[in-house]
Amino acid sequence: MGLLSGVKVLEFGMAVAAPHACKLLAFMGAEVIKVESITHLDMLRRAGVSSEVGARIREMRPGEPLPPGTILDTFVSNITGLNKLGVTLDLTKPEAIELAKKLVARSDVVVENFRAKVMEAYGLDYPVLKKINPNLIMLSTSLAGNTGPERDYLGYMEIFGALGGLGHLTGYPDGPPTWIRFSTDTMSAATAACAIMAALIHKQRTGEGQYIDLSSYEAVACLSGDALLDYAMNRRNQSRQANLDDFMAPHSCYRCKGDDKWVSIVIATDEEWKAFCNAIGNPAWTKDERFTDANSRWQNQAEMDVFIQEWTMNYTHYEVMDILQKASVAAVPSFNSPEIWGDPHLDARGLTVIVDHPVLGAQPVLAPPWKLSRTPAKISTAGPSLGQHNEYVFCELLGLSKQEFSKLVNIGAIR
Amino acid sequence: MTETALNGVKVVELCNLVAGPYCAKMMADLGAEVIKVEKPGVGDEARRRGPFLNDIPHPERSGLFLYLNTNKLGITLNIETKKGKGLFKELLLEADILVEDNPPGMLANLGLGYDVLSELNLRLIMTSITPFGQSGPYKDYKAYPLNSFHSGAEGYITPTGDPFPDRPPLKIARYAWEYEVGIHSMLATLGALYYQRATGLGQQVDISKQEALVDINTFELLAYPYVGWYPNRATVLNLFGGILQAKDGYGHLALYEEVQWDNLAKLMGNPDWTKEELFTNPDVRRQRSGEVNKHVAGWMREHTKYEIYHKGQKIGVPTGAYQTPEEIMNSEQLNSRGFFVELDHSEVGRITYPTAPYRFSKTPWRGRQAAPLLGEHNEEIYHKRLGHSKGELARFRGLGVI
Repeated sequence: MGLLSGVKVLEFGMAVAAPHACKLLAFMGAEVIKVESITHLDMLRRAGVSSEVGARIREMRPGEPLPPGTILDTFVSNITGLNKLGVTLDLTKPEAIELAKKLVARSDVVVENFRAKVMEAYGLDYPVLKKINPNLIMLSTSLAGNTGPERDYLGYMEIFGALGGLGHLTGYPDGPPTWIRFSTDTMSAATAACAIMAALIHKQRTGEGQYIDLSSYEAVACLSGDALLDYAMNRRNQSRQANLDDFMAPHSCYRCKGDDKWVSIVIATDEEWKAFCNAIGNPAWTKDERFTDANSRWQNQAEMDVFIQEWTMNYTHYEVMDILQKASVAAVPSFNSPEIWGDPHLDARGLTVIVDHPVLGAQPVLAPPWKLSRTPAKISTAGPSLGQHNEYVFCELLGLSKQEFSKLVNIGAIR
Repeated sequence: MTETALNGVKVVELCNLVAGPYCAKMMADLGAEVIKVEKPGVGDEARRRGPFLNDIPHPERSGLFLYLNTNKLGITLNIETKKGKGLFKELLLEADILVEDNPPGMLANLGLGYDVLSELNLRLIMTSITPFGQSGPYKDYKAYPLNSFHSGAEGYITPTGDPFPDRPPLKIARYAWEYEVGIHSMLATLGALYYQRATGLGQQVDISKQEALVDINTFELLAYPYVGWYPNRATVLNLFGGILQAKDGYGHLALYEEVQWDNLAKLMGNPDWTKEELFTNPDVRRQRSGEVNKHVAGWMREHTKYEIYHKGQKIGVPTGAYQTPEEIMNSEQLNSRGFFVELDHSEVGRITYPTAPYRFSKTPWRGRQAAPLLGEHNEEIYHKRLGHSKGELARFRGLGVI
């Protein structure tokens, strides 16, 4: 029995915000049915293919047919679809809307991140769905939320990061702000999953559902809440500070042996500083009066960082971690993707799981990010191909006859 | 009284700094009762981190602490003393959730490991948040927040666009990634709570900061096993647009669909160059992306970031403005949605706090009280709740237990 056994989630999602949230719930054992359509293709089904093909598909006008031979299963759609059932409904057809409503009637949760007013246009907005299923939990996730003057604005991950302040506060003081990428989207999705869980716990206790309006712009703004309080208390408008900490130094990344290899080192106490000096062989510069105490080290960290890097350059980032961790000094490589996939620690923790995808074959994917002792979160199935579970969902779960099903396929409602 | 989503959920928090306290704060803000346990006389490390009111360090005036501990009850307890251990166990008898961020094995060494605690209370969920988790070769490695950030692979690609190729990778703003770990911790904990409510059984939840951040960076990581490709700081995700200098700051232009190019031409007032193949033909446009970007950048430089943002968005061009904290606090959008609340605090007075990114139609975010003073609720918890006399409390104080 999984953590969320029996919880039924229906996803009307595109790209990351809703699909990643639902994937996290599916990791915990919820049944997630993803509704998509060849006529309204999730952009992740086009991602991960060669950039030329990707670009050509992006240039297509709505309704234009896909180029022949277009692949609709990619490692990206597999990863966001893990543990989900996949159905196709062309929501421009009234018969498809009726099926969608039947799915809503049996669901605990509906999650959507379509553009503003799209669910309303389909007749699938909360006031309507609530009539079908009075105890439904529905979450909409969007750039700026469903109210306010910017409610209809269109956002992608980089715009969340710009509006929410993370972009402005990240970077070098003498450089531009930073284009924060996928992390804003997935963080916002994890936040959405938290909100759904809270609502599910409320529903478990009271039987009552509700509507949740989530703004990714606000989700990002919450991540620098302390900088917002600095403005509230002191009217200070913080800006970019590179790797600088308020009082710890060393507190940066240092170049190591190899191509673009870096290790992060942080020292907080005099004890750690002594251990660090011993570990690197007590070179003469460590006795310099500029570096004798925590305050002078903080004041003179630019000069100190040059000396530290002269030492780290002699070793790989893994060697620096080994040497310094043995001395109880915090040193961790700035890992890149191949290093994450090949790291012995993550390997020992079972980070990589192989799933068998019906079209793509064996696919390595990342395991759920939490370890629960009694009811482990796990990956059970690959991401669905387009419409892979149509028959199962519509015939077995909703009870359509084979004839009814075929008819709905033929008129293009299930597609 | 308005109903809250986590009404009746009892949480004990034994955490420092950001990730654990943020996890418990989000639960407190949704109505859980959170008892925050701090070391007597010392308190949460966040109390010693800025920003401080008027920049004068003071354990009750840290903006970081104030933000991360709203709606909690605060008590002091030295769990390393015998009496302290006993009191800690008393607290956990009725608790649903313990959130802790001690090094792996530390609580077990004090006789307060999950085995012991679950025997006292089978319903207890024990969420442990550590840099590398409770098992594996790095489990005892030391990592401060900066190290944890780089362990999760976002550091390697930050700052994107690589404005200074010779300089080191950077962290993102402040402690943002530690908040992200807090979000994942809350998610898994609430999952375990759902199960506990159905079955009466608690469990251990092992959160590795590294793994939480790997999930957050899934989309940066996933290509490598398939196509051997991975991003670095110089990676450009989109040939066009991106960060653009505006007249008064920076804006962002994201172009993902062909129709957005038509809208962009309109936004710029349909200048002649947008009528040429350079703009209208996607193939030519891609071949000569440098020229296109130069034209677009020229237009952006002549407009303010909010003109670009609002005018662009109103005609279907996905644009954004890089906002400062001041601009966020003054945002009409956020204020109209009630994103901020004012809370009173005896040491810093009435100030504005961000709330949460979600609006629940039935069970709202709760702005009941600001962060607790160190030991503020000792009497309420030890005397009124656990039934120890005021005389006993005085003795606990004398012994340094509370």
